[in-house]
Amino acid sequence: MANRVAICAVAQTKFEACKRDVRTQGLLWEVVKDVRAQTGLDFGPGGIAGAVTVSDDVFDARTISDGAVTDLVGAHFGSEEKVAADGAQGVYYAAATVLSGHHDVVLLAGHCKESQPASRNMVTHLAFDPFYTRPVGLDYLCAAALQAQAYMARSGVSETQLAEVVVRARQWAARNPVAQETAAVTREEVLASPMIADPIREKFMYPVSDGAIAMILASETHARRLTDKPVWITGLGNCYDSFFLGERDLAGNFALERAAQRAYAMAGVSAPETAFDLAEIADQYAHQLPQYAEGLGLCPEGCGGRWLDEGGPDRQRVNRSGGMIAGNPLILGGLARVAEAVIQLRDEAGERQVAHAQRAVAQGATGPAGQLQTVVVLER
Amino acid sequence: MNDAFVIEGKMALPYQYFAGAVGSKFLVALRDEKQILGVRCSRCGMVFVPPRQSCERCFSALTEHWVRVESTGEVTGFTVVRYAEPYQPKKPPYVLALIKLDGADTPIAHLLECGDPGRARIGMRVRAVFAGERRANLLAIAHFEEDPAGTQEGHSPARL
Repeated sequence: MANRVAICAVAQTKFEACKRDVRTQGLLWEVVKDVRAQTGLDFGPGGIAGAVTVSDDVFDARTISDGAVTDLVGAHFGSEEKVAADGAQGVYYAAATVLSGHHDVVLLAGHCKESQPASRNMVTHLAFDPFYTRPVGLDYLCAAALQAQAYMARSGVSETQLAEVVVRARQWAARNPVAQETAAVTREEVLASPMIADPIREKFMYPVSDGAIAMILASETHARRLTDKPVWITGLGNCYDSFFLGERDLAGNFALERAAQRAYAMAGVSAPETAFDLAEIADQYAHQLPQYAEGLGLCPEGCGGRWLDEGGPDRQRVNRSGGMIAGNPLILGGLARVAEAVIQLRDEAGERQVAHAQRAVAQGATGPAGQLQTVVVLER
Repeated sequence: MNDAFVIEGKMALPYQYFAGAVGSKFLVALRDEKQILGVRCSRCGMVFVPPRQSCERCFSALTEHWVRVESTGEVTGFTVVRYAEPYQPKKPPYVLALIKLDGADTPIAHLLECGDPGRARIGMRVRAVFAGERRANLLAIAHFEEDPAGTQEGHSPARL
């Protein structure tokens, strides 16, 4: 059984609003080829022994969506497991596959084209039950709006502060070659964007996005062979909150706090405010940046507004990738955060590089208003 | 590439979802009696609406302790939905609120009609308006409306 697991290679497509000339399989193949080239790995014995894929049936409009990509990940006559949740859960699953001794080298590969359904909201509406929540029209967007309203009411975070979150995200995204929304935007432009579901304005939302991500995870012995810059996964944690929105503290971080505690306990992190050289937060919506920063312990509970005003995101080097709000599809938001952490810890982030980065935390969320939270601690 | 070929598709699958024994009892009471039922956890004291078989917090069996809660309650959160989707219960803009019914501990999401959506407030007292023709889902309550005279005093859920 392996006692350490490392991410040995990462590849991402550019994230775009509509990749109409590439099939989902084409997207995935681009990144799978890339991580194979980086590591020299082939499929089969001595190479990629197993795969974890990340995809969503409804976004792909077919059940068992991984069935459409098994040939791309070496799973014919081999092994493959699908994660139908945020790809940060895929990292968890792939790491467990290695740590359990099941496979020494695992390919993790996720894809999503949010542009293919007529509306992303129609997809997320189907995540709700047909008796109590679908009839009143729930989807992830209005769930996030209820979360935003609750969080802003309790924390006092203003829409002007959230507009600054978006302005900053675009500035960093412009230095990330795979980021989608890279055009500079002013605070006034953000605040003038239409209200979609109070208090969420159009520019407080992540854009509809297409893309794919792949990684190679390996046990220590194999990692040393595959790369001279392994990035170790030293902490993993996750936690589910209740299904019904009314039964959660939407202004708080019940699930994220627990996920973080579990990951931090594994990694030996006791003071998260100062423990990390960088943090990557899956901010699908602008309010989630300060809210989830609180949940990750980057600032005290209830202090997200002050954290924004006092330059917390810059001081703690949060979302130099531009964040999810710059554009990643739903199930790749957390996986893209892990990918950025790896790129930073490998000292390969170019213009947005955090100097001397040693340890990072990355977060991903699945489900309405961040129901399932996943936290990953990574170290070089 | 401008000539990429696209297949137009549509996923539609007629489907019967079974509500189960606990859900059926709730939905039938709502549809036929205009009564809102919940279950109380005898260990942690929570009254859950909609009801369920076991408590997610302490794993106690819940269905021995049915209660009837009020059709009045209080807004604990809300949003104004301004975007249009085909599955929405009405034409936007409309208020989607979290409403804690008197006697229940778990707010439910439902529509709030209060005139101008800008009038919606946390703490607003509301009452259920039942639909004339009721089906066995949460829209047997057509929406909630403001109940300015309502108070939250003295509501303990009636045991069944």
